[in-house]
Amino acid sequence: MAYINLEKDVPGIRSLALFRPDTGKELYKLAQVLLRDDSPLSQGERELIATFVSSKNECTFCTQSHAAAAGYLFHNDTQMIDLVLTDYQNAPISEKLKCLLSIAGKVQQDARLVGDEDVANARKHGANDRDIHDTVLIAATFCMFNRYVDGLATMTPADPVLYGQMGARMGEFGYIAPSPTI
Amino acid sequence: MAYITLDNSIPGMRSLLAYRPIIAPPLLALMKVVMRSNQGLSLGERELIATYVSYLNDCTNCHTIHGEVAQCFYKDTPELISQIKENYTKNSLTPRLQSLLAIAESVQKGGKHVSEVQIKTARENNISDLEIHDTVLIASMFCFFNRYIDGLGLTSNDTKETYKERAKMIAEHGY
Repeated sequence: MAYINLEKDVPGIRSLALFRPDTGKELYKLAQVLLRDDSPLSQGERELIATFVSSKNECTFCTQSHAAAAGYLFHNDTQMIDLVLTDYQNAPISEKLKCLLSIAGKVQQDARLVGDEDVANARKHGANDRDIHDTVLIAATFCMFNRYVDGLATMTPADPVLYGQMGARMGEFGYIAPSPTI
Repeated sequence: MAYITLDNSIPGMRSLLAYRPIIAPPLLALMKVVMRSNQGLSLGERELIATYVSYLNDCTNCHTIHGEVAQCFYKDTPELISQIKENYTKNSLTPRLQSLLAIAESVQKGGKHVSEVQIKTARENNISDLEIHDTVLIASMFCFFNRYIDGLGLTSNDTKETYKERAKMIAEHGY
């Protein structure tokens, strides 16, 4: 049961966007800009960062839904996505992305842990200012979404099929705030 | 020095909004709605939650500026902000404020730390659904702002006086 009176059967962030549409609208816009607008990082890479941070924050709803969106964008390479979550240093991803995930992990823990060395290492593997900025921004944003979703104990579906549908929608259409069903 | 090239003439968060202007509209709109809404939590309470979470995240930029803004709303209790930073449960805060800050503190640790007992206590103190919602959202938002600023290594040229000046502007005119 959610801690506040949310619409029944609506999961995670969607139920919160319906509870308070004026903030929900802006949160969805933010997600759309971060994860879909232009960036040197592909949409799939950005979804991986979002999934990685959500997994570290143990937010099941965000982890499963963004893993599904990453799956949609990476042609269902679930093996790669699982490895990013459990052992990213050995995942079949670029060295640049590994460096960026390490920065994202520090932002998740305590942003002050990010140091010159982490940034220099990312640059050595081809990251530019925008890669670094977008990584920190996405990691920080998911530290917000994860807390918002879990802090109010929103509904977390268990059915993997539902997440598959969510991921396909997020991959195909991006982030559109839900409108109230009357 | 920040880890990326920013316009040094712009202070704090604004230098990041200038770096990536497309994120400014949703973030500023969010700040306006969440920090300046006059339904439920007072403007001062909203700033206190922001200050306390930023303090727990040790984000000097954020807890100093929002602490000064909060202080503008609590003119009669000039020690309030330092008391809250020190230990909000041991001072003379109202049960209502203690209840809000307890939820915010849990959110800072992680969403799952918010407990049913904390929510029950909030209700006993007549805190509404909307107020619980806004408390969790503000605390979550500052876990974002704090990380965005510190993760990019933003430094500040602000002094006690410039923080106070900006805080006065924010308290009066909003974001």
